[in-house]
Amino acid sequence: METFLGLHYNVWWFLVFGGVISGYAILDGFDLGAGALHLFLKKETSRRIAIDAIAPVWDGNEVWLVIAGGALFAGFPVAYAAIFSAFYVPFMVFMIGLIWRGVAIEFRSKEPGITWRMVWDFIYSFSSITISLSLGLMLGNVALGLPLNEQHEFVGDWLSFFNPFSIMVAITTLALFMLHGAIYLAMKTENRLYTKLSLLAKKFMVFFVVAFGITTLYTLLYIPHLSDRIRSKPVYFFLPLTMFLAIANIPRQLNKGKYRYAFISSSVTIASLLAMVALEVFPNLLFATNNPQHSITISNGASSVKTMKTLLLIAAIGTPMVGFYTSFVFWTFKGKVKLDEIRY
Amino acid sequence: METEILARIQFAFTIAFHYIYPPLSIGVGLILVIMEGMYLKTGNMLYERMTRFWIKIFALIFGIGVATGIIMEFEFGTNWATYSKYVGDIFGSALAAEGIFAFALESGFLGVLLFGWNRVSRGVHFFATLMVFLGAMFSAVWIVVANSWQQTPAGYHIVGEGLSARAEVTDFWAMVFNPSSVDRLMHVWIGAILSGAFLVMSVNAYYIIKNKFLEIAKPSFKIALAVATIFALAQLFVGHRSAEGVAKNQPAKLAAMEGHYDSSAAADMFLVGWVDDKHQKPTGLKIPGGLSFMLHMDFKQPIAGLNSFSPENRPKQVNAIFQLYHLMIALGMLMIVLTCYASWQWKKGKLFDKRWLMLVFCWAVFLPQIANQAGWFTAEMGRQPWVVYGLLRTSDALSKAVSAQQIVFSLILFTVVYAALFTLFIYLLNKKIKHGPVDDHVKEEIDEGSKRDNPILDH
Ligand code: HDD
Ligand code: HEM
Ligand code: HEM
Repeated sequence: METFLGLHYNVWWFLVFGGVISGYAILDGFDLGAGALHLFLKKETSRRIAIDAIAPVWDGNEVWLVIAGGALFAGFPVAYAAIFSAFYVPFMVFMIGLIWRGVAIEFRSKEPGITWRMVWDFIYSFSSITISLSLGLMLGNVALGLPLNEQHEFVGDWLSFFNPFSIMVAITTLALFMLHGAIYLAMKTENRLYTKLSLLAKKFMVFFVVAFGITTLYTLLYIPHLSDRIRSKPVYFFLPLTMFLAIANIPRQLNKGKYRYAFISSSVTIASLLAMVALEVFPNLLFATNNPQHSITISNGASSVKTMKTLLLIAAIGTPMVGFYTSFVFWTFKGKVKLDEIRY
Repeated sequence: METEILARIQFAFTIAFHYIYPPLSIGVGLILVIMEGMYLKTGNMLYERMTRFWIKIFALIFGIGVATGIIMEFEFGTNWATYSKYVGDIFGSALAAEGIFAFALESGFLGVLLFGWNRVSRGVHFFATLMVFLGAMFSAVWIVVANSWQQTPAGYHIVGEGLSARAEVTDFWAMVFNPSSVDRLMHVWIGAILSGAFLVMSVNAYYIIKNKFLEIAKPSFKIALAVATIFALAQLFVGHRSAEGVAKNQPAKLAAMEGHYDSSAAADMFLVGWVDDKHQKPTGLKIPGGLSFMLHMDFKQPIAGLNSFSPENRPKQVNAIFQLYHLMIALGMLMIVLTCYASWQWKKGKLFDKRWLMLVFCWAVFLPQIANQAGWFTAEMGRQPWVVYGLLRTSDALSKAVSAQQIVFSLILFTVVYAALFTLFIYLLNKKIKHGPVDDHVKEEIDEGSKRDNPILDH
């Protein structure tokens, strides 16, 4: 295997893929969280402001999912094939959720009627919750591993996805996104709505800490091997440490009213959570629970070195470009949301 | 039903539905660039109103294009796992490039396009429009390259055997510029531009018939007509090149497109006809030896027919392929006649005098849509029984982990969801069109409720 700066190409691509997934979770995470808490806002104006706050950016955020799909397909086609055919049912639910989320944002304000808007608000919130939960459910199952045959095809039953651990991960994901979304919205609003959102953010903070605490406890007690790697080397402790500091920093910043810092902290929380999962599963992409020999790893699941090189080149050219126009758009729409502009 | 058939039906259904929208985005995108360009150049507020109106329609189309597109990206993994493993090395790079170079560009600047009027300068807004259009064009590039590779594979070698065999890239550029990609990309682009231009003409023809918004409808119609005329003519040449490519690279597909079975005979070219699959005979109105002439400038030259391929190596639905192919060509010709006639009337200054002509254009919006779908079905059904032409069979490409029931479940789900989406789309499009390109400066779209609600007083 050839290396680049001391790391194998497939390790590089694993890092890139992890980066893209984190990017997606951080960026779309606040849209999803805003959607999930949408029904907590009662007034029409509040709901409009909440939607306007994500209107110019949610679509661009969703593209990170598309890029992640492409990155997995290109770099680790075996994992792409196995994961999506295994998660057929939850994934279809996830995608139908994505459709309705987008459509609801787009269509809710196209008619003035109260019923029309109520129905779309409900669809918007319900689909955001569904998306977050199914994402978490799949993440939990990837962390646990799946039964695979020699061809790396899933041989289990999809009902087994609903195991206690994965359900807890799903709920934790939802809680984290709601917290993240509330912080984002607080950053973009003012006056009474702002006050309301900061109260909500604090409630979601509690929700998240409880969900996360239970999940962690359960993991340590019942599936301790999921933390084997972290405990194997002291240097790895910096990951949970970063995460705990980031989590602890959120209420601190919330109390000070510094929402931008709180937002950075919740982003770091999301990234470090994913990094811990990645660290635990590495070098597997999908662990085979029935026979470790059947696991999909970053070596047996990878594309050719030539393709990896091409991909890294594409990423090296593409990432700064994407970074540039993402910041351009966020910069254009910086500041608090006002209702007097044409939006949704 | 078998898993294979179900998976094929599901793929065909979802991609065909997706393919209603992107061509409109590409086509309307081009028209937007022209309109906003005129605004920038002349400073005439009419062009600004035009642009704002079409941006709203664009947003509607785009939204559904994105929603249905995400499904497509993951459907390779859910339904065609073996195929995904087989082509991942090649196909994946194209898809990843598409995400980074095209979708991110498009979706990123869309926010500015839709909501940025008051936040950025006119020049920057125009730049955003241009980027959204380019993003849409690039989206077509990578996906068509990937599809063309599976029609005419190049720049690869096969590693492994049996179930674990897969294609690996040996030459990236040979893969990208495989024998059919350039011709097909042009063809797809032009098809897309036509569908956008015909939509713009249709809406404005409607206003002209109704005698509304004439100051905007007439110039808009002319812009779209100019675009449509140029590209309808161009499509004839580009389509011809595609056919030549098929003759060279996929002879079985070509034979199926003209229902040509007998390899020792010259091939005819039909205008309309019917293929009797059982007796292996096409009948209908034809130019004898026409296909031979088109390809070799000789009416007598024999062309390889379906008989020279063993039955398991050639497409089965010959009549369907034949019909769809001829439908596309007939519609292409019709669009040429229609746009050229209208342009001639324009030149004489009588374009808007003929009510019947406007009525025809009102309905002509379906012509390019149908031609686009028919073309893809020709290309994809003609490729059968191969997923990757000559290398991997469709029946081997399935996901083994997915059962027929699961596909039925998701197929029903998609049918329901897409039917709802389509109804909504038509409903809102209709509403927007009825509302028309009114002046936004006068009538800000704030509903009464929000004016009363003071954001400071409630939450
Ligand atoms: C507005 C749309 C439109 C119009 C007016 C036409 N086509 Fe087309 N055609 C398509 C839209 C399309 C398409 C959807 O873009 C396809 C499907 C796949 C592809 O490469 O292009 C296609 C496929 C396609 C193929 C098969 C290519 C392959 O299998 O690789 C041929 C041979 C032609 N076309 C030829 C023509 C000719 C001779 C036309 C004469 C007017 C024509 N098309 C008009
Ligand atoms: C199976 C093949 C296809 C896949 C996997 C696919 C995938 C996607 C995805 C993931 C999106 C959403 C991107 C976003 O979030 O912004 C999308 C939208 C889009 N796709 Fe497709 N697509 C396919 C076929 C096509 C074809 C054949 C074309 C054009 C010729 C096309 C052109 C576009 C465009 C222009 C958009 C932007 C949305 C719009 O303009 O409506 N796609 N597609
Ligand atoms: C956008 C318009 C498209 C339409 C309307 C279309 C239509 C179809 C149809 C009808 C089938 C089933 C063929 C059969 O039953 O014989 C099919 C299959 C398929 N197409 Fe396309 N297609 C389109 C674009 C694409 C693109 C852009 C790709 C790849 C990048 C693609 C890849 C496939 C694959 C993988 C299958 C499944 C295997 C097969 O049956 O060949 N298609 N498509």
